[in-house]
Amino acid sequence: MKQQPLVSLKDIKKHFPVGSGLFGKKNHFVKAVDGVSLDIYPGETVGLVGESGCGKSTTGRMVVGLSDPTGGEIYFEGKKLNEYKAKKSLGKNLQMIFQDPYSSLNPRMTVADIIAEPLVLHKVGTASERRKRVDELLERVGLASYHGNRYPIEFSGGQRQRLGIARALALQPKLIVCDEPVSALDVSIQAQILNLLKEIQNDMGLSYLFIAHGIQAVKHISDKIAVMYLGKIIEFANKEELFENPRHPYTKALLSAVPHPDPKMRNRERIILTGDLPSPANPPAGCSFHTRCPVAMEQCKRIDPNLLPTSKQSLTACLLFEDKVAN
Amino acid sequence: MSEKEEPLLEVKDLETFIPTSKGEIKPVNGVSFSINKGEIVALVGESGSGKSVSSLSIMGLNASAIQYSKDSSIAFKGKDLLKLKEKEMRKIRGNEVAMIFQDPMFSLNPVHPIGRQIAESIVLHKKVKYKEALVTALDLLNKVGIPDAKRRLNDYPHQLSGGMRQRVMIAMALACDPQLIIADEPTTALDVTIQAQILNLLRKLQQESGIAILLITHDLGVVAETADRVLVMYCGKIVEEGTVEDIFENPLHPYTRGLLASVPALYGPSKEKLDTIPGVVPNPLELPKGCNFVTRCSYATEKCSQNAPTLLEHPAGNMVACWNALEEEGGIGHYETAASSIT
Repeated sequence: MKQQPLVSLKDIKKHFPVGSGLFGKKNHFVKAVDGVSLDIYPGETVGLVGESGCGKSTTGRMVVGLSDPTGGEIYFEGKKLNEYKAKKSLGKNLQMIFQDPYSSLNPRMTVADIIAEPLVLHKVGTASERRKRVDELLERVGLASYHGNRYPIEFSGGQRQRLGIARALALQPKLIVCDEPVSALDVSIQAQILNLLKEIQNDMGLSYLFIAHGIQAVKHISDKIAVMYLGKIIEFANKEELFENPRHPYTKALLSAVPHPDPKMRNRERIILTGDLPSPANPPAGCSFHTRCPVAMEQCKRIDPNLLPTSKQSLTACLLFEDKVAN
Repeated sequence: MSEKEEPLLEVKDLETFIPTSKGEIKPVNGVSFSINKGEIVALVGESGSGKSVSSLSIMGLNASAIQYSKDSSIAFKGKDLLKLKEKEMRKIRGNEVAMIFQDPMFSLNPVHPIGRQIAESIVLHKKVKYKEALVTALDLLNKVGIPDAKRRLNDYPHQLSGGMRQRVMIAMALACDPQLIIADEPTTALDVTIQAQILNLLRKLQQESGIAILLITHDLGVVAETADRVLVMYCGKIVEEGTVEDIFENPLHPYTRGLLASVPALYGPSKEKLDTIPGVVPNPLELPKGCNFVTRCSYATEKCSQNAPTLLEHPAGNMVACWNALEEEGGIGHYETAASSIT
């Protein structure tokens, strides 16, 4: 039996207009997200990796409805996202944890008010019930109920991220989009937060869309991983498959660029990409990776490869594999 | 390198005070280390461990806010930098000792083209004409791998990507052939593919020009890729020092072990649960009595909460400041090493 995906992205696009032509006509676009399709099933974690500017955060914001796609459709439990009468009813099921725990908490609200705010907005329970729920949530994320009377400034970065998690959990959502939740934290604190997120998932059975550029963290927490480059998914695979057998040349380069934690491996063979990410306002023709690809062929400059299955568990968008699929 | 050769930089008993409204804090509390010619030394630690204050002290920056104890000394080629007047310090800063900062966007002047910014420091230190300096600037941009460098000379920082800006920063640091570069989190703001390019460049510079680098970072992967020797800092003190092989293969201090074990593995199967160091770095105003790590250490004994250990040589080769590691040989040393569990 095929399970229904919790969230399903169908060829979503986000094109931001830049500048304007004659008579204010918008004629130039930054294609931040350019045709992304992705399914997230209940209880699983999908990791989204890529360099800055590849559109991973924009994708996450569209999933929770913070930003509307300019093309394509997002389905939540089989229903189109824009068919929901009010965005509010979605908020119960879709929540977000942000990167910067300093700017994502209102400095003038007490911790209890911050965590209770989603409950107030959705008119859940009475004041005393909400306070009880806040205490439960604080305990769930490893803090104590007396912390509720304090202000965000009294907490360290890691503790603030725990507050952000408690707030996201308040309405018992089915999916949390985690946008770089650990990249602003110290190494020893990162591990604490990653463990907490995993524990919560085991207890509550929710799904995560985990966005990060730190590949180790994504590997630790995800079941499936999508690699993005210039607004497109170029490889999507089960975690084990992606790390053991990366297919797309960009994925290979990305993995080999991660510093190895063993000094003896220093002189291993590595693929070092030359140049920078091209501007998404003016992406190269054909395969968008061909300008940096170490194995680019002549036709890569003309043909934009499709994301095609390369095994049972993986999809790759590269002409090297398109030929093999065709044969 | 022979034993007798004088180290390029020797920091001795560095102790700094910063007065705050709530009391005086000691961001660096008795730190001694040295850097030899052509060596890459990594200074590792979490935020608040005092690694940036140490580097600012070497550069003589922020001198008005930081106070030093009487015994502190920072000897660069035998000269004590802390005793120099600002005018003398200026001759060294940016000339013999250069610095690369974490965020290249905030450390470049946004209203001047990059070529001019590089040439400026050459004119300042070398007494050459601006035109000649500009030629040198072009060479430097080529050396750090900026494509189409001639056209880029007239670009402003906002026209460059993060990786390119960091290359410009490195070019600027190289402008006066320094003997020591202090790189404060040089790749933290960059993507991994660009990080690999920059780390490669730093290593190439060290191998080709024999420049010594003090690499300040919290990323252990970066340390494993680049450093020769490692200093681990915690709450203003060095808790462990050793060659990069020793630190990664046989870490002795529980903090070093904790740091190594809390990095998720990139190779092999993932663990269900990551090892963590419990708790948080203590408030610098309320440091524990005895060893600073006692509140987070699972091996802590009565002695640890009474007396602070000093950095001493362990038979395994590392220098370590931990009562357990030093006293009971084979005490915590017999546990599975953290390095073997992360690779």
